Amino acid sequence: MSNPFLVQASTYAADIDNLIALVGVLVGFWFILVEGAFFWLIFKFKAKKGGRALYIDGTNKGHKKWVSIPHYLVLVCDILIIVAAVRVWVDVKQTLPEPDGVVKIMGQQWQWTFTHPGPDNVIETEDDIEVSDELRLEINKTYHYRLESRDVMHSFSVPVFRLKQDAVPGRTIVGWFTPTKTGTYDIQCAEMCGIGHGLMPARVIIETPQEHAAWVAKMSAPRVAQK
Amino acid sequence: MKPVATSRSVTGIPTGRLAVWWVVASEIVIFGGLLGSYIMHRLGHPEFGDYASHTNTAAGAFNTLVLLSSSLSVVLAHHAAENKDGKKAFRYLWLTILGGLTFLLVKSHEWSTEISHGYTITTNAFWSFYYTAAGLHGLHVIGGMVIMAIISFEARKGRNLQRVELIGLYWHFVDLVWIFLFPLLYIAK
Amino acid sequence: MSHAEEQSFFHKYMWSTDHKMIGMQYLFTGMAMALIGGFMAYVFRMQLAFPNIAVPGFGQVSPGQYNALVTNHGSIMIFWVAMPVLIAAFGNYLIPLMIGADDMVFPRLNRLSYQIFLLSALVLIASFFVEGGAFGGAWTAYPPLSAKSQYSLTPLGATLWITAVALEFVAFLIGGINFVTTAMNARAPGMKMFDVPLVVWMIVIASIMFMASVGPLIAGAFMLIFDQTVGTGFFDPDKGGDPVLWQHLFWFFGHPEVYVVLLPACGIVAEIITVFSRKKMFGYKTVLYTTFATGILSFFVWAHHQFISGIDPRMANVFTVTTVLISVPIAEMMFVYIATLYGGQITLSVPMLWALAFIGEFLLGGVTGLFLGASGADIYFHDTYFVLAHFHYTFVPIAIIAVFAGLTYWFPKMFGRHMSEKLGKLHFWGTIIPFNMIFIPLFILGAAGQHRRIYSYEHFPELATPALQDLRVLATMSLVVMLSCQIIFLYNFFSSTTGGKKASRNPWKANTLEWTAESPPPHGNFPTLPSVYRGPYEYSVPGREEDYWPQDQPAETR
Repeated sequence: MSNPFLVQASTYAADIDNLIALVGVLVGFWFILVEGAFFWLIFKFKAKKGGRALYIDGTNKGHKKWVSIPHYLVLVCDILIIVAAVRVWVDVKQTLPEPDGVVKIMGQQWQWTFTHPGPDNVIETEDDIEVSDELRLEINKTYHYRLESRDVMHSFSVPVFRLKQDAVPGRTIVGWFTPTKTGTYDIQCAEMCGIGHGLMPARVIIETPQEHAAWVAKMSAPRVAQK
Repeated sequence: MKPVATSRSVTGIPTGRLAVWWVVASEIVIFGGLLGSYIMHRLGHPEFGDYASHTNTAAGAFNTLVLLSSSLSVVLAHHAAENKDGKKAFRYLWLTILGGLTFLLVKSHEWSTEISHGYTITTNAFWSFYYTAAGLHGLHVIGGMVIMAIISFEARKGRNLQRVELIGLYWHFVDLVWIFLFPLLYIAK
Repeated sequence: MSHAEEQSFFHKYMWSTDHKMIGMQYLFTGMAMALIGGFMAYVFRMQLAFPNIAVPGFGQVSPGQYNALVTNHGSIMIFWVAMPVLIAAFGNYLIPLMIGADDMVFPRLNRLSYQIFLLSALVLIASFFVEGGAFGGAWTAYPPLSAKSQYSLTPLGATLWITAVALEFVAFLIGGINFVTTAMNARAPGMKMFDVPLVVWMIVIASIMFMASVGPLIAGAFMLIFDQTVGTGFFDPDKGGDPVLWQHLFWFFGHPEVYVVLLPACGIVAEIITVFSRKKMFGYKTVLYTTFATGILSFFVWAHHQFISGIDPRMANVFTVTTVLISVPIAEMMFVYIATLYGGQITLSVPMLWALAFIGEFLLGGVTGLFLGASGADIYFHDTYFVLAHFHYTFVPIAIIAVFAGLTYWFPKMFGRHMSEKLGKLHFWGTIIPFNMIFIPLFILGAAGQHRRIYSYEHFPELATPALQDLRVLATMSLVVMLSCQIIFLYNFFSSTTGGKKASRNPWKANTLEWTAESPPPHGNFPTLPSVYRGPYEYSVPGREEDYWPQDQPAETR
């Protein structure tokens, strides 16, 4: 199901959107039903001159079922939501598919530093390409990210991937994504990190293998200043 | 003028006792949170065992005995109060206060020794927990001693003898926290 | 029981031990803090709608000031408005009256609790004026930002903030002693456990939940203060500490806390819907059991605030199960409330309008929680305006709608006069309609990926579109309308205290004991201790001429 708000640019974006849609349908159904019953009761039982209310204490089985049956149905809907949510969660946050590439992400007050593997395609080697506030990726390649913080809590958030992960100082947190659409998109910091929290936007640029190879070559050419 | 409400007891449990249980329960959650945090840190940092070896286990053990004995003396104070013997309750309460004082003196000796050896509250996370937990406990000992003194003077005059039991309950709680602190901070090495 | 005492102004208004006066002190302090918190919302929403243009009444909003405004708006609304008004104001005022007692069991302790609370409010306000400015690390105050001044740039503000919060916690722990022991031990003869009005139960249960959840955070507050001032490293990874520990301590309290404020609101609504539909509560015991279930379960959901914050991902599955399931008892409570309307004789008085609005609006807040409790969806929604809209659709019903319900309902008892019904209805619609127009746009903005606590979206191309900016302006303008309409309430409230139509003892023809006392009740409340013969909701009992049956009327009366 496509999202009217935001492009889906990762392999799991559609899964997350579908989960949201499932919750939306179930919750929407209950919301409309209950609000409808609620307003109907208000109008139906407006006080009338000389009228007398009923005396109901809720212990009668015939009355109780109007509450207990919906209550069990809510439970069923909850179980559906839990199962669907856990499946998406396990896929995005617990599994780590084999990577085609690895990038390092460092958050700090107040910028992002992205470290890409250089021409040797291995991270943490001499030829790594470090860029401020710009993450360059190849389409359809599976990446692991290694997320760190230099100072306070930050959060690496890419809405078009539907991905978010807090960066915790003192830890390296590993996750994954596979970009599925070329283009340039927002990266946000999604955890309060001080007065510059709103001043650390970054961009993710997803390109074709050729474009990406050309960029790697350009950034690695000797005498070219690496940012 | 005390309201009528203060003297009533629909549940049959004296209201003062309910209030002390409430205070004790809140304090258990506070210390529980602090000690729980310490335990979580400890599990993730095995080196805490090495740091803890610099604590004075003998002093800690002595202090444990002191507090346990003081809990005994406060029970005896309560017993005296039940028998309406305010003067006896007064003596046992002050024995308890003396126990508290001894505890605090031993602790100050420990701390000054540790600080002079360079183990301060900022040395590392173990010592931060050590001083914070024992310090918070110490504050509760001091607070208990002050309240106990006030109650003792009333009791000696035969007034409000029911409060002897209440401060006794609080004192047992202070003792109980130490029973947890001692192994966690001193023994687990 | 009541005694004529000539009290000095100081004794009567500033040094009182009378539960009603202390309740009023909490109420007015809470109302004053609400004005401050509301003003902060006005300022930061104006910045969002018209970025970098000086806000009338404030001036230019810098990024640091923006952070301080959102931080203190949230902190004030929860700790210095919702809690004092719902628990301490209504709890203090109502509990002795509704259980037939002449005061709380420990009146001087009660006075002390207010004084500590007032001190906490003053400490917080002081934090706005110190060098470096007010704390701006969000009401959640995650370290290391909140622990080290080199990161927060608000050394004094940060310490004053956490000190204010810690003092507030102590005030409510002390206050709780009175609520629980008075309700347990000072009930009028004949009032059995299940004859106690629901609002009293709810405030007592809320106090117990508060006490059981706040301890670890008090410990955490000490740890944070030491990190800030002494240089310890409880939350500093460089010193062997762990930032995520704070999160657990905070949210272990933070989640039950939202139910701590929800419960009194539900209690107020129960009192009102029964009176104004002339109906017995549908399932009094069911309400209690669902409350216990929700309360207990609420201690096991906290890490849903931390799904993506660095906890072990496997833990998230446990918390998504408990979080989604908590909707079951709450849904049942809502169903029972709605069922109470069936077969009623409903009068849409001003209190009833507010009570019904609570149910209708809270329902939206509650269901939107499922998007966040579902861990897979929360990956996207975390830290977006979707979260913000969800919790305003729960908190505003709790802290504003239910409060207006309670104030308009008990006003005649408190002040011996009626508020204007006309102005009341105008205020109602002038609040409810704009309220929805503030927060529905925010759901949409959140779904579009707008993240929180950002002073201006101009640097985010996906968020800086004209369509989204229009939504921000709509929300802000609606807030301005809603805030302006509160003037109607303030005028109505204060002018009615002296000029409103005089109220009888029981203008609403309700059953509970507070309506047997004079309006307003004197010191000591009742001339003689009442006796109780039945439950609180015996409305429209078949065979009786009157459609209500006060709790203190002996059974022989027909």
